[in-house]
Amino acid sequence: MKLLLKKIPWLIGTLLAVSFFTFMLVSLLPGDPAVMILGAGGVSPEAVAALREELGLDRPLLVRYFEWLGNALSGDLGRSPMTGQAVMDAIMARLPVTVQLGVMAIVIALVLAIPLAMLSAYYAGSGLDRVISGAGFALMSVPGFMMAIFLILIFAVNLGWFPATGWIPVSVSPGANLRSALLPALSLAMIELALYMRLLRTDLIGTLQQDFIMLARAKGLPSWRIMLHHALKPSSFSLLTVVGLQLGGVISGAIIVEEIFALPGVGRLLYQSILQRDLLMVQGIVLFIATAYVLVNFLVDMCYSLLDPRVRYSD
Amino acid sequence: MTLPAEKTKPNQQPHIPSRAQNFARALQQVFGRGFGPGFWLCVLWLLVVILAAVFANWLPLRDPLDPVIANRLSAPLTSNVLGADGLGRDILSRLVHGSRVSVVISLTAVSIGMLIGGSLGVMAGYFRGNFERGVMAVLDIILAFPWLVLLLALVTFIGQSLFAIAVAIGFLWIPAYARVARANTLAVVQREYVLAARALGASTQRILLREVLPNVILPVLAYGLVAMGLVIIVESALAFLGLSVEAPQPTWGGMIAEGKRHLATAVHVALVPSITMFLTVLSLNFVGDRLRSHFDVKESNL
Repeated sequence: MKLLLKKIPWLIGTLLAVSFFTFMLVSLLPGDPAVMILGAGGVSPEAVAALREELGLDRPLLVRYFEWLGNALSGDLGRSPMTGQAVMDAIMARLPVTVQLGVMAIVIALVLAIPLAMLSAYYAGSGLDRVISGAGFALMSVPGFMMAIFLILIFAVNLGWFPATGWIPVSVSPGANLRSALLPALSLAMIELALYMRLLRTDLIGTLQQDFIMLARAKGLPSWRIMLHHALKPSSFSLLTVVGLQLGGVISGAIIVEEIFALPGVGRLLYQSILQRDLLMVQGIVLFIATAYVLVNFLVDMCYSLLDPRVRYSD
Repeated sequence: MTLPAEKTKPNQQPHIPSRAQNFARALQQVFGRGFGPGFWLCVLWLLVVILAAVFANWLPLRDPLDPVIANRLSAPLTSNVLGADGLGRDILSRLVHGSRVSVVISLTAVSIGMLIGGSLGVMAGYFRGNFERGVMAVLDIILAFPWLVLLLALVTFIGQSLFAIAVAIGFLWIPAYARVARANTLAVVQREYVLAARALGASTQRILLREVLPNVILPVLAYGLVAMGLVIIVESALAFLGLSVEAPQPTWGGMIAEGKRHLATAVHVALVPSITMFLTVLSLNFVGDRLRSHFDVKESNL
């Protein structure tokens, strides 16, 4: 609780700085949004000036920032001048897709990484360990988009098991939804898998050398029990932190994967808005993603101290 | 059983190694043992990529931009050595010219990250106090953005020239390098030789450049090759989205994006650049990893 009180001002400060940075970055972009909305050629300066006033672009930057921030706090990120849609509504409509994709990717990565890392660490130095670690190493050299393309090639084009592109909402059919989400989630999961595996293997090897493992062995506990109950838990703290930190990687990957698989998610919305130079939309999405990312990492930090008493008392 | 040469010929003058021999022995000590053929294969591949990038214009290759309609999507080893893409352009030539983008951007971006991040980290670790707190806070803010989100925002902001892309990607590396440099500086500053230099009245500049920097630079450099591999991945992702260096210039990521359209009919258009890039990134990771662990061992022996 004390830790929480100490961390809250830091959290608020970070969020403020993030919002300011986002605002400045997009506000300082070259090109007048008013000119862009009206079209570049043959518009009278009066029309541009009128639109600038309507959009509030004629007022000082700082005033606009605080107004924008105030609106953002009440959930209003403005309205896209291109599509006329409210930015918040656009994000909320697409958020379930991205969240489902991210959660599926992390779950798949963990489900594969934990047993593989346990095998690798238990038989450290053996042929099996070398094969697993080598595969993980190779996997780290494959960019997400490359993984996505070759998963499409194998499972959609050649085998035809899964659709190559498109998204079917859960409300239509849960089975078809999973089928359409599996390949994108798998391409995201593969990169995370390699990172998680490498980290957990190193951690487990360290844990396995400790005295309490020796004691468990001396008590005659079976190996699987030692691995699951005694070794995995102390090794999973740093895994948890990395899962949180890697969320940025998952979000980045989602932008590319959603574009490749034509999924109606937040990442694709951001990418399309950048291509169309829909700056207000870009600003809103960047702020939304960064805020979510900071908040989740904050929660992970808190969980970390709940799980590990050493962190709780040292701070 | 063979004995060392000196012992079998006792009447000979004691052998004093020349400077060149000393150097050769030092090289052998650093690089000779423990690397194995895989390491050298990776080094060889990286040399091939670098040479291809440097000499792209003088190599006997077809024009990477010339569309030959007759060769459209032709398979490897037919009309073109590595086949042709959807417009009939030679894939080998495009790969070689595309390697320029990867090599130039990875070198520039990592240098930018290393120079700016490294010096910020060293100064933060040395001066401590409010300066350190300020630097770390700014880095935390940069890290609060998922990398591709930040990169897309930066690229929209500063444009898509080769240099702009390199700067934008280099910017992403500042926090990582600053952290590595700061952590190492914090450890070095407490060592006796820094205290001794300070007691002798050395200036701050001298302590930083002569005492701290030489001991921080190795771990920072060791990180460089792995970082370059990641930069290549990041650049290709950007190119894949069509937001890296603009159109006529071939890039590996752009070639893979082009190949995606022909997955069902001509796999090689995507496969060939993918394999090239995979081998390059794998080599960088492998060599970087080996060098890092190698130098770590050396340091612990000191």
